[in-house]
Amino acid sequence: MRYAMAMDTKKCVGCSDCVVACQTENNVPHGFCRDWIVENVDGVYPNLELEIRSERCNHCDNTPCVRTCPTGASHVIEGGIVKVTHAECIGCGACIQACPYDARYFHPDGYVDKCTFCDHRVAKGQDTACVSVCPTKCLYFGDLEDENSPVSKVLKNRKWKVNAPEAGTKPQLYFLI
Amino acid sequence: MKKTSRRDFIKISALGAGGLAMANPIMNWVPGFLPKEHKPIDESKAKRFPTFCEVCFWKCAGFTYLNEDGKIQKIIGNDKDPHSNGRFCPRGTGGVGMYYDNDRLKQPLKRVVENGKSTFKPISWDEALDYIADKMKGIAKAHGPESMALLYHASSGSYFKHLMKAYGSKNIAKPSYAQCLGPREAGFVATYGAGVSSPEPTDVKNTKCLVLIGNHVGENMHNGYVQEVSDAIDRGASIITVDPRFSTIASKSKFWLPIKPATDMALLLSWIHVLIYEGLFDEKYVKQYTFGFDELKVHVKNFTPEWAYTKTDIKPEQIRNSAYEMAKASPAVIVHPGRHTTWYGDDTQRTRAIAILNALLGSYGKKGGWYFAEKKKVPHYPSPAYPHPHWTWKDITRPTYKSAGTGISNDLIKASLPNDKSEHKIKGWLVVGTNLISTVPDQKITLEAIQNLELMVVVDTMPMEITGYADIVLPECTYLERYDDIRSSQNRFPNIALRMPAAEPRWESKPGWWMARELALRLGLEDYFKWKNVEEQLDWKFKQMGTSLKEMQKIGVKTFEKDKDMYLAEGEEYYFNTDTGKIELYSLDLEAKGYDPMPKYTEHKQPEEGFYRLIYGRAPMHTFGRTANNPNLTDLMDENKLWVNPKVAKLLYLEPDQEVWLKNQDGVISKFPIKVRITERIRYDSVYMVHGFGKDNTKLKRSYGKGASDSDLITNVKIDPIMGGTGMRENFVEILMDNPHKEEARS
Repeated sequence: MRYAMAMDTKKCVGCSDCVVACQTENNVPHGFCRDWIVENVDGVYPNLELEIRSERCNHCDNTPCVRTCPTGASHVIEGGIVKVTHAECIGCGACIQACPYDARYFHPDGYVDKCTFCDHRVAKGQDTACVSVCPTKCLYFGDLEDENSPVSKVLKNRKWKVNAPEAGTKPQLYFLI
Repeated sequence: MKKTSRRDFIKISALGAGGLAMANPIMNWVPGFLPKEHKPIDESKAKRFPTFCEVCFWKCAGFTYLNEDGKIQKIIGNDKDPHSNGRFCPRGTGGVGMYYDNDRLKQPLKRVVENGKSTFKPISWDEALDYIADKMKGIAKAHGPESMALLYHASSGSYFKHLMKAYGSKNIAKPSYAQCLGPREAGFVATYGAGVSSPEPTDVKNTKCLVLIGNHVGENMHNGYVQEVSDAIDRGASIITVDPRFSTIASKSKFWLPIKPATDMALLLSWIHVLIYEGLFDEKYVKQYTFGFDELKVHVKNFTPEWAYTKTDIKPEQIRNSAYEMAKASPAVIVHPGRHTTWYGDDTQRTRAIAILNALLGSYGKKGGWYFAEKKKVPHYPSPAYPHPHWTWKDITRPTYKSAGTGISNDLIKASLPNDKSEHKIKGWLVVGTNLISTVPDQKITLEAIQNLELMVVVDTMPMEITGYADIVLPECTYLERYDDIRSSQNRFPNIALRMPAAEPRWESKPGWWMARELALRLGLEDYFKWKNVEEQLDWKFKQMGTSLKEMQKIGVKTFEKDKDMYLAEGEEYYFNTDTGKIELYSLDLEAKGYDPMPKYTEHKQPEEGFYRLIYGRAPMHTFGRTANNPNLTDLMDENKLWVNPKVAKLLYLEPDQEVWLKNQDGVISKFPIKVRITERIRYDSVYMVHGFGKDNTKLKRSYGKGASDSDLITNVKIDPIMGGTGMRENFVEILMDNPHKEEARS
């Protein structure tokens, strides 16, 4: 099993529903977020291009955050989901430094927090909160080892890219282009 | 007392309620800030209650979830609901913030004068309602009940409308007509004999080509519409977007036509020209269903793409190619009517041109074009006939704006001015869920009208600016804490939805239905509100519709079979509700009323040197000012920025995020500074900002003074002569780098 997410930059309108839905589902404190929107504008008026991406932890295959964690709080669970055990986290911030995607933040309660791929939902066969709410249906989630999963199907049919491939982290958040 | 001291704005200030909020930890709790432990919601231990969203007019149905501590934690769409298909937009998802916002109105307030200064005093509900009822009785006696007006927007407006009609006034208006979608309704009525209404029955799901005139879908999160557009992109449908700004949807369009602002009519007329003179229109459809084609053909003869280029800055081949794209997709093509259409004053006519284009493309009543929507009629709970008013809004408005379809808010406001020419005078306002200060342009008229009222009551959940001018402020509980009237909406299939409370009202806030009923009892109108509680009334209505409150509390949404077909069959006889029974390309109705029977191009003013056209729009995470203080949504966006083209930034030496002030053509200066966003996405002759920011009430703690208010700067209003709408896009601003308010203080 290998969970992954794909997001369609052609459909995303950057509404940030994924961000709010994550916050209300996971009780993320105000002023913090586990996922976020990036907008890139290219060109000169009127020859312009706009790319909008919904970003979050890449749940990498090669995880610098887990490697640098001195206490073992950062770890990988089944399906390749990267998690932090809050009680074991000493808040040293090494993982925040190590992550090339800036996907982690200091929770005001004194630990590092991040996207969990909504493992509490996924375990019950539900989509992650962000995927389930997205009005443009631009997010796809599933098991890469299952060729019929939404994410496998869409990656087979579409061109995609990943963020910072040069970091060698083998990220599992794919951007459809 | 009334005349002299009243209605200087009172900022609803510390009235003891703040102390109350501090004392109760629950009131400081906001979602995402559980003091104990942050954990995801456990749905197996959660309870859910059906609702429909009140964050915007789309009214998506969903469920409010209480977590295991019994606290509202999230709101999720109902997958049986065609407005949301189970997916709420960010505002709907963030709707929990409306409930948890501690800046909410907490108790009834009464304007009193203390030491020569107006201030609000918290009073009991009985005192507030008795006062209002007494005043309303006095107004009815002195001037007739007709001189009370209801200006509203929220769902609970339904109960207040019933109250007003029972009281004897039909002077009822929603700013969403004259300040927003009115022109398109009038334009479509003149053409098809029926307005567009909401949600728009555009068959985006099946379309091959979607044409958007300034419509920024995706930034407006009209949920079901956004979803269908996204599906259309997936299917490879082509999108044509006309906008001076590189909107989100422009970036996803096959054609983006970066038009010179205020010249849309030239483009529309030249598209009509191309379709007719290059023989690309649907001849069979036009022959069977339309009236006035020959006149139209003559009328548009000279509106060539070459002519339109000189007006619009859009190259002739772009105009032709985009017209070919539409024709290729016909009839599965939609020239979208837009929603906020009050732009330049000739807005009904511009929408007429849009309506005509659809007719030429044969898309109205066709798959992938426009479907025939249906709505279930909600029965009235038995009550006596309403009294017959001696005059209504029609007597005020219709002599001038002959095609006004509903009450015109700005006209009712004008009729409240002492020197207004109308013999029909408005003396009291009941304002329900609409912040007239930022919805109706040219604030000085509204403010002057307010000074002359004998009674002004404001019902709202938040201390919006308008509350500061009220005699009595009534705190309404949020939609998550109340029942409301049934949502019956037009769609592919008629459907109804229930809103029920998921929590007790916080503080002393109350539902709108309760206020309306209590007022009715005090006004001797109890026969109109025979039900004891809203459940009884809703259950009766649901039962007439083949369901019950009990069933609806489980399912939330019910869909019914259609009576009519969704589309016209090939060659089907169809009678349109116009004078000729046809789609009127040439409008006999407009002609009879003395207006142009076919749309004409009018040259609109362009900015003078040093000025930029003020364009405003929406951000997907906000509904105007309504959400500007919402804790969940301010987290995503807590201020608006001024979009400025890099060329302009260079000229004025502007830096990113530099604070500037704006001064309009009438010398009006923005109250608060706004940060600059330097971006290629806006034309050099315009600036852009998201509407609804720059809130001017310190009690809105998260939003006070954040960004600038476009409404403050809209003082040049171009009234649509056909339906009375307020065109707001002919305002121009200078960008000031130094704080003008500081200078004022010094001098």
